[in-house]
Amino acid sequence: MDTVHACFEEKIGEVLLPGDVFSFRLPESGDGSIKTGPGLRRNGEEVQVYKSGILRHKQPNMYWIDSQQRRVRVLDSHHVIGIVTAKSGDIFKVDVGGSEQASLSYLAFEGATKRNRPNVQVGDLVYGQFTIANKDMEPKLVCIDSCGRANGMGVFGADGLLFKLSLGLMRRLLAPQSEIAKDLEKIFPFELVVGMNGRVWSCENMTSQQRQTLFKRVAEGSL
Amino acid sequence: MQRGLDAELKKQLDEEEKRIISDEHWFLDLPELKAKENYIIEERSYAPCEDLVFGRMSFRGFNPEVEKLMLLMNTHKEEEDDEEEDNVSRMETDITDEEMARRYESLVESMRKKFAKKRDRSAITKNKEDVNCNAVDNRPKKAFLKPQY
Repeated sequence: MDTVHACFEEKIGEVLLPGDVFSFRLPESGDGSIKTGPGLRRNGEEVQVYKSGILRHKQPNMYWIDSQQRRVRVLDSHHVIGIVTAKSGDIFKVDVGGSEQASLSYLAFEGATKRNRPNVQVGDLVYGQFTIANKDMEPKLVCIDSCGRANGMGVFGADGLLFKLSLGLMRRLLAPQSEIAKDLEKIFPFELVVGMNGRVWSCENMTSQQRQTLFKRVAEGSL
Repeated sequence: MQRGLDAELKKQLDEEEKRIISDEHWFLDLPELKAKENYIIEERSYAPCEDLVFGRMSFRGFNPEVEKLMLLMNTHKEEEDDEEEDNVSRMETDITDEEMARRYESLVESMRKKFAKKRDRSAITKNKEDVNCNAVDNRPKKAFLKPQY
């Protein structure tokens, strides 16, 4: 078990390229396991790198490759911001930035029944999570968790601005001790919704004077 | 006269069908690969790797509901991490334990009174001081006396 970790440990923090292999003999006893995150893939007895980036480690046994990309990865149970593009019968078509539009059923909202339909119009922003998300099927969004509660998902944002960022910045914003979030917090009160598909929505109430002073500060570079 | 299949016959047919279907399923006959599968677990998302927090955030009280949600979702995540530790943290309660005990006591009393028969209700109020039910009521229970002509 230690030999397995040792062969990973010597590369932690180093840049790895696709095709690099970690080969080790798996211990016969079935205790312990290794979790590989994005960027690492199992290939028979070896673990192969398929993305270029830096190897990271989290206790006790999680290894992954930290890399940057802009293309949206549609993955299970990711929370994303979607834009409703069409309403066809009982489902809404939602654009999440992937190659296909996701479908969102009108019953997948908290407190929605056949008689009590949710108030969702074309062009609304929804924050939801994927239940089906793989490359073979049409992605499916829901705005409700497995217990039936909304937990912050659903339609949001009548005012505010939506913009696109790279996925790496997304992850930095959502990191547990995010410095960006702390810095932004000091400036003014605002609300932020971050989707794992690279979309960020923010809303704030500033008077135009406050905005002007803020822009001046940014222009001077004093922020 | 047999109208349909026997239950036994039906079971047999079902089993045969299942066997045929499972024979048609293809699977890898490599027990070694299966053993190794359990050792290396693949995660496809960054969220568990980097402990990403919930996506809705509100700062400085802009949206109080979202702030409540942030606390809820992020402590929920922390609780999952702390499962291995044996710290039993006390939940924040609105009322103290003593008050809860007192309320419960009076609740039990009132429920008992509600379901007691009319004759026993007065007995209960008499015995209210005896909290531990030490004094047992030894009077004979009043039964129906048939009138004697």
